[in-house]
Amino acid sequence: MNNIQEKPDLTEVERIIAKYNGKDSWLVMILQDIQEAYNYLPEPTLELVAEKLNIPLSRVHSVATFYSSLSLQERGRHVIRVCDGTACHLKGFVNLRDEIERQTGLTEGQTTPDKRFSFEVVACLGACAIAPVMSVGNDYHGEMSAEKIKDVLSKYK
Amino acid sequence: MPKLGTINELTAYAQELKAQCDPSKPCVTVCGGTGCRANHGLEVASMFEKLLKEKGVCDDIDVRTTGCHGFCAQGPLVVLVPKGVLYVSVKPTDVEEIITSSVQADEIIERLTYRLPGTKKRIAKEEEIPFYANQKRLVFAGSTKMDPTRIEDYIAVGGYSSFRKVLSGVEPEEIIDWVEKSGLRGRGGGGFQTGRKWRSCRKSQAATKYVICNGDEGDPGAFIDRSIMEGNPHSVLEGMAIGAYAIGSNHGYIYVRLEYPLAIENLQIAIEQAREHGLLGDNILGTDFSFDILISRGAGAFVCGESTALMASIEGFVGEPRAKHIHTTEKGLFGMPTNLNNVETWANIPLIIEKGWQWFAGIGSKNSKGTKVFSVVGKVRNTGLVEVPMGITLREIIYDICGGVPDNRKFKGVQTGGPSGGCLPEEKLDLQVDFDCLTEAGSMMGSGGMIVMDDRSCMVEVARYFTEFLTRESCGKCTACREGVMQMLEILDRMTTGKAEMSDIDLLEEVCLYVKENSICGLGKSAPNPTLSSLKYFRDEYLEHIEHKRCRAGICRDLTTFIISDDKCKACGKCIKSCPVEAITGQKKVTHVIDYDACISCGVCREVCPFDAVDTK
Amino acid sequence: MAKIKTIIDGIEVEVERDSWAIDVARELGIDIPTLCYHPALGPYGACRLCVVEVTKSKWTWLATACDLPIREELSIKTNTPEVIRSRKMAMELIMARAPRAESLFPLAEKLGVTKPRFKCRDDIGNCILCGLCVRMCDQIIGVSAINFANRGHKRIVTTPLHKKADKCIGCNVCVEVCPTGHVKTLDDGSFRHMQTWDADLEMLHCLICDKPYIPAKQFKVISDKLEGIELKRICPVCRRKETVDNLRYAVVEKVS
Repeated sequence: MNNIQEKPDLTEVERIIAKYNGKDSWLVMILQDIQEAYNYLPEPTLELVAEKLNIPLSRVHSVATFYSSLSLQERGRHVIRVCDGTACHLKGFVNLRDEIERQTGLTEGQTTPDKRFSFEVVACLGACAIAPVMSVGNDYHGEMSAEKIKDVLSKYK
Repeated sequence: MPKLGTINELTAYAQELKAQCDPSKPCVTVCGGTGCRANHGLEVASMFEKLLKEKGVCDDIDVRTTGCHGFCAQGPLVVLVPKGVLYVSVKPTDVEEIITSSVQADEIIERLTYRLPGTKKRIAKEEEIPFYANQKRLVFAGSTKMDPTRIEDYIAVGGYSSFRKVLSGVEPEEIIDWVEKSGLRGRGGGGFQTGRKWRSCRKSQAATKYVICNGDEGDPGAFIDRSIMEGNPHSVLEGMAIGAYAIGSNHGYIYVRLEYPLAIENLQIAIEQAREHGLLGDNILGTDFSFDILISRGAGAFVCGESTALMASIEGFVGEPRAKHIHTTEKGLFGMPTNLNNVETWANIPLIIEKGWQWFAGIGSKNSKGTKVFSVVGKVRNTGLVEVPMGITLREIIYDICGGVPDNRKFKGVQTGGPSGGCLPEEKLDLQVDFDCLTEAGSMMGSGGMIVMDDRSCMVEVARYFTEFLTRESCGKCTACREGVMQMLEILDRMTTGKAEMSDIDLLEEVCLYVKENSICGLGKSAPNPTLSSLKYFRDEYLEHIEHKRCRAGICRDLTTFIISDDKCKACGKCIKSCPVEAITGQKKVTHVIDYDACISCGVCREVCPFDAVDTK
Repeated sequence: MAKIKTIIDGIEVEVERDSWAIDVARELGIDIPTLCYHPALGPYGACRLCVVEVTKSKWTWLATACDLPIREELSIKTNTPEVIRSRKMAMELIMARAPRAESLFPLAEKLGVTKPRFKCRDDIGNCILCGLCVRMCDQIIGVSAINFANRGHKRIVTTPLHKKADKCIGCNVCVEVCPTGHVKTLDDGSFRHMQTWDADLEMLHCLICDKPYIPAKQFKVISDKLEGIELKRICPVCRRKETVDNLRYAVVEKVS
C-alpha cells in the first residue's frame, strides 16, 4: 500500500494530458481531471504534468495551490462541503459547521484517519433557496439543521 | 439528425418540429433545478415515467424534466400542461394520485396546491400565484417548458431563429446597432453597455478574436446564471454565436465554475447537439461564418469572475487580474481582442434580435433596459429566482413577489450585489432596482443576488462575513486588496468580539476608502462596499457593538446572552434536546434554564423554540 | 509612431504612445516611490506605492504609474493630497505586513509612516510579495525556480512543492532585487547556499585565481545561451584585470 502511495500509476495522467493535446493553456482543467481520477493531486502527477506540458513545475504548483477546489492533500472517500454562502450563513451555517466538527472531530480542511470523510467549507454551492445547504460527495442536502447532521452522515460509510 | 446545410433547411426543420408539437397533449413538467433535485425532484420525475408506462399511457402523456422554475422554496414542483396546474412539495408517493385524479381526470388535489402564506386560500393555477403573476419572464420563459437536453425542444419554440435571421444577410454593424439601441447593459455586475463593448471589439484589428461567456457566478447567494445554463443552455449558445458573428470572431469559450456540474453537463450536451445540427462548426448553415465553443471549467476562485483574471485562468495560469487601461476588447485572451459577457447578457441577445430592439428598449427604466433575474434568498418566504423589469422597487420584489419576511420577524435590510454590493435598510425599500439607483444608494446590481435579512441578522457580522470571504478570495497580488481587506477583517473581528475601541470605526472607514480607490481590480475596488454601506445605514449597530458590547440580533456570540422567558416557556423540552452543549435543564411544567457556564450562545435554542420564549438579555 | 502629448506636474511632454507613466515621470526627474517596479520587467502594479492622480477631460482618478500606459492626453499629478494619503496608507499596510523590514524604514519615514496603526504580522518574515524575485527568475533568467503559492493573504513565494529548489541556478538575482532583504544567500567556499529556497549549489573556481565565483549551474546556463561561443571560466576580478592588461599591451604596442 505504501508503495502505491509513493509511486502512483501515472498512465492516467498521460491519458488526461493527451486528451488536452498537451496544451498548457488547459492546465487548470488537466489538474481537475487528475484530481477526479486520483482524488487529489499527488506530487508525482504534478511533476509529470510539468514535464509533459513543458512548463516549470513552479507554475504547476502555483496554479494547484491557487484554486480552492484543487487539493495537494489526500482526501477522504466522502467530501463533506458545508456552504457558507450568504443565505446559508444567515440561516445557521455556523451551527452546522460546529456540529459537523463535533461529529467528525475534523476542522476545515482535514480528513479523518480512516479516510472516510474530508471536511471543507465552501463559498457557495449555488443552492441558496434551500439554505442552509451541505453536500456530501455529489449529493445535496438542503434545509439542514444541526440536528439532522448525524443522520445524513450515517448514510456514508 | 441530419446536419442542417442551409438556412432554409433550418427553417424547414423548425416548422417540422413545431408541427409535431400538439399543445393540447397532456404533459407533466417536473422542475429539474438544483433546489428541486436536492428535494428528490428527479425521483418524482422517474416515478411519473414508471407509472405512466405501467398504466400503458406513456404515449398519450409526456413527462418532461425541465430547467429551474424559480419557485425553489416550494419544490419539488410539478406543472400539468396544458392545464397550468402547479403542485408544490410533491413527493414520489403523490405521483399515483396526481396521474389518476389530475392528469387522467380533472380533479385538483387540494393539499398539493400552493397555499397563500398566512391564509387558508389555496391557488391551483400557476399563473395566478403572486410569485409568478408579478414577474415578467423573458430570459426564463423557456426554461420551464423545455427539456434542456433536447435541442429539438429549443428549436420547436423558435430557438435559433434569431441566429438564422442574422445569418440571412444582416450586416454585423447593424446587429451591433440593434444591441446598442436596445440599451442592453452587462448583467455580470458593472453594467457596461453591451453594444459599445461589441463595437470596440469589432473595431480591433486581429486575425483571431474571442468571445467569452462568463459563467463563473461566484457571488455567494446568486444562482441565476446557473439556472440559465442548466435550464436553457441553447439560448446562451445562440447569443454567443450572434455576438461572434457581429464582432468577427470564430472562437468562443464558456467559463463555468466547477461547482455547477449540471450546468457543465447540459452545456456540453447542447454544444454537441448544436455541432451535430450544423449550428456550430465550419461554414454554419452553408454561410462563410464559422464558430465553435469550448468549455473551460473554473476551479474555485471568485476572483476569476473578473474578466482579466478569468482570461488568465483560461490560459492556464493563476487568476490574477491586471490593470485594464488597455481594454480586453483590444488585448484580451491570448493577447487577442476579446469580448466577454456574462450568461444572462448572452441569453438576452436572441430575444433582442427576435423581437426587435424597440421592444427591448420599451421594457425597464430610463437607463436600464429589459428585465433582470434576481435570486431572492435569506429571510424571505418565497426564496427562489424572479425575473422582473428593471426599475421595479425592492418592496415589490421582496413583498409582492417573494411574500416578505417569514416567522413574524421584522425586515431589517437587503443585500444586493453579493460581496461587491451593499446592504440597504428599510427606508430604501421603495428604491427602484436598476444599475444606477442601486449604485447611487451605495450598493450595486452585481449579478443579481438579493439577500433579505431580518432582525436576527447582525449587520456588523454580515459585513465581517463578506470581508472574510473576500480575504480568502483576493488573489493576493496587490497590497491594497490583500493587506487592506485583511486589516478590515481584523477590525471587524474586534468589533464582533467586543474588543474594539471607538477609534476603530474611523480607522475602518479610512482603510475601506483606501481599498476602494487603490485596488487593481473590481474585487478589491468593491470589497469595502458591504462594510461602507452598513456603516452608512446601520451605524448604530456598530456603535452598540463597540460601546455597549451588545449585539441586538443575538448573533455575535461574545456579545450575546440568551435568556428563557418565564412567561412564554411552555417547558416543551425542545431546546433541551437540541442544545449542542447540554447547557439547558428543566422538566415538564418547569421553565427551562440556561446554565451560563456551559452555554456557548449559539442560538440553537432560540431557533427551535416554538413559543418565542428564548431571547437576548 | 505617433507622439502623445501629456502633462506631468505641469510639465508638458510628448511621448511615444503606450509609454509607461512611471518611466516618463522618472525621465523628467520626478521621484515616484515603488517597491515592485523594475524597468526590465513588464508592469505589475502590486505594491501600489507609485499611485498618481490622473485627469482626463472631466474625470479624475488615482492610478498606479507603473501600469498606466499613456495613449491619450492625460494630466498627471504626483504630489496631490490624495496621492500623499494613498501612498502613506499603502506603506502603512506594507509595514504592518513586514514590520521588521529595516530597509523600508527610510521610505516609510519619508511617506509619513512611523508605526502602523494596524495589527502587525510576525509570521512571514520580510516578504512584501512585490514579486520581483519571481518575475526576474521567470522572465529574465528564464528558470522559474520559484513562484507564488496559495492566494489572498496566504500567498507566499516558495519553491515548487516546498521542496529544495532544484531548478535554481544560484544566480542571486532574486537576492539583489529583493527590496527588503527577505531573500537570503550565503557563499561558503565551494558552495552557494540559497537559504530562502533551500538550494545548495556547487561553485566553480576561477581558472586564474582559483577563487570560487560562480555556481556550476549558472555557468552552464550562460554557456548554453552563448551557443558555441566559449565562456571563459574566469572570475569578474580576474577578467577585469585581464582586460586591462590586454588593453595596456595593445596601447604599448601601438605606441612603440
